Amino acid sequence: MAETGNPRFLRPISAPGADIGRAITFDAPLALDAARTLGPFTVAYMSYGALNAAKSNVVLVCHALSLDQFAASPNPMTGKPGWWDVMIGPGKPIDTDRYFVLCANVIGGCMGSTGPAEVDPSTGNPYGLSFPLVTVRDMVRAQAMLLDALGIQKILCVIGGSMGGMQVLQWAASYPERVVSAVPIATAARHSAQNIAFHEVGRQAIMADPDWCGGAYQLKDTQPAKGLAVARMAAHITYLSEAALQRKFGRNLQNRESVSFAFRPDFQIESYLHHQGMTFVDRFDANSYLYITRAMDYFDLAADYGGVLADAFRGAQTRFCIISFTSDWLFPTVENKKIAHALNAAAANVSFVEIDTDRGHDAFLLDEPEMFSTIRGFLNSVAASRGVE
Amino acid sequence: MRSLRPDLAIIADMIPDGARVLDVGCGDGELLEYLVAEKHADGRGVELSQQNVNACVARGLSVVQGDADADLSEYPSHVFDIVILSQTIQATRAPRTVLQHLLRIGKRTIVSFPNIGHWKVRLALLLKGRMPHTAALGYAWYDTPNIHLCTISDFTALVRETGGSIERAIALSEEGSTHAMQPDAWGPNLLAEGAIFLLSAGGGTRAVL
Repeated sequence: MAETGNPRFLRPISAPGADIGRAITFDAPLALDAARTLGPFTVAYMSYGALNAAKSNVVLVCHALSLDQFAASPNPMTGKPGWWDVMIGPGKPIDTDRYFVLCANVIGGCMGSTGPAEVDPSTGNPYGLSFPLVTVRDMVRAQAMLLDALGIQKILCVIGGSMGGMQVLQWAASYPERVVSAVPIATAARHSAQNIAFHEVGRQAIMADPDWCGGAYQLKDTQPAKGLAVARMAAHITYLSEAALQRKFGRNLQNRESVSFAFRPDFQIESYLHHQGMTFVDRFDANSYLYITRAMDYFDLAADYGGVLADAFRGAQTRFCIISFTSDWLFPTVENKKIAHALNAAAANVSFVEIDTDRGHDAFLLDEPEMFSTIRGFLNSVAASRGVE
Repeated sequence: MRSLRPDLAIIADMIPDGARVLDVGCGDGELLEYLVAEKHADGRGVELSQQNVNACVARGLSVVQGDADADLSEYPSHVFDIVILSQTIQATRAPRTVLQHLLRIGKRTIVSFPNIGHWKVRLALLLKGRMPHTAALGYAWYDTPNIHLCTISDFTALVRETGGSIERAIALSEEGSTHAMQPDAWGPNLLAEGAIFLLSAGGGTRAVL
């Protein structure tokens, strides 16, 4: 096991001076659900706030599909503020004056943790499609090894939205004795057919791009930028609600008085999506996108417990707070409520809050005061019960 | 000590220190917060109004949005020391099923409700010929959520029918004074404005669902 100061980014850092975090490389292989091992492997992470002497103030933040460990500090690739800057910081709901906040890049990712764009030490070439399929449980296993390496036994709270919420559920199921409280947000205990369908559209867009080169595009010094951009555009639609799209863009035209009678981006929504697609390819690896979407598709927590979700949480002492959003049609309230029902059936300590917003799935990343007061109140109560000052 | 509404104070007095409590229809969490703070309860709540739920969770309480009619069936048996249904049974669709679930989930069950057998209610119907309006039942007949009102005698009969046993019964008067009562006697049914019952599933005759 070796600790390095620098995660091994794929592309040059474009935000000079940004904190690029730390990384730990494990020589012991990671045993994967796909009956393969990955090793040596690296987990890149960021931390905010200070670990207290009792190591009892750890909040583990799990990131979503296209995000990374830069939750509360400028992203070194884009220079933009951390993706959960509204949530994490001094005096914020996840208060870094009080808590030690950790966020690790998932295995299979492309921000320093080992993923398909990394060099396979056994061949000297990038893994590409020879990288093993990883699951949400594998991601959580790698995070548990990171915490072991940092000498942290218990997590005061594990929190995350979307795929981050899947990791939260997996943490509570796999390591109930380590998780004091869990906040899964805008998530599900299994990926739905509709969600798998959207992911498959994205993957096919990448794989249909000739520059994908069967996954070996790095060897040809290219990347399937068009395919990845289309994948991102399609996915981005699912993160927003119809009402939010209407409110932000409607049928407004982009820099023109009338339609062009051509296939230019006439509408503002089109140019917005193009922008989303184009900026995404600058910061994300196409193969990583394939692997991580697959990990989400494979997520079905109940399946590991004989089809009974409640059995995943049987005997848990963990306190749960589930949060959903009224306009989220990707991970709708009904999916979140299924988790609450299963926890009730397991006699677990659970809160469930649905927040009224028209901003769709992405609401968990935005300024939603009711989400903040929920998380602040829940964390305060959990921290007080564990004597965290 | 915080001060509680008189009926809630009676309920709180019935709860032993450190109990595992489920408050069904916990509203804004007034009782639950008191029980957690003063009685060191492991307290959970179920509440219909999402707004109330969010307020409870922001106050650090463990509350889920749910419906006594729909969601009690998912709870396992005997996991709570006390289950509370305060001023809610009259608003459920199936009070008998709800009561059976309460007796199953909790080792003890506390139910409080307004008494429709109170003399003022009887008199109002007799003299005015209109559906009664009282402080506890301040709705018109066409918009009331209280679809299954009962008298103390009605409730006593239902408890017996479902195999529950009555450990304590307390009458609530208009001014908020309280006293123990004989649930089968005619007096309280006429004179009490509300009632609080402490129930258990009963000697060997557990409610079968």
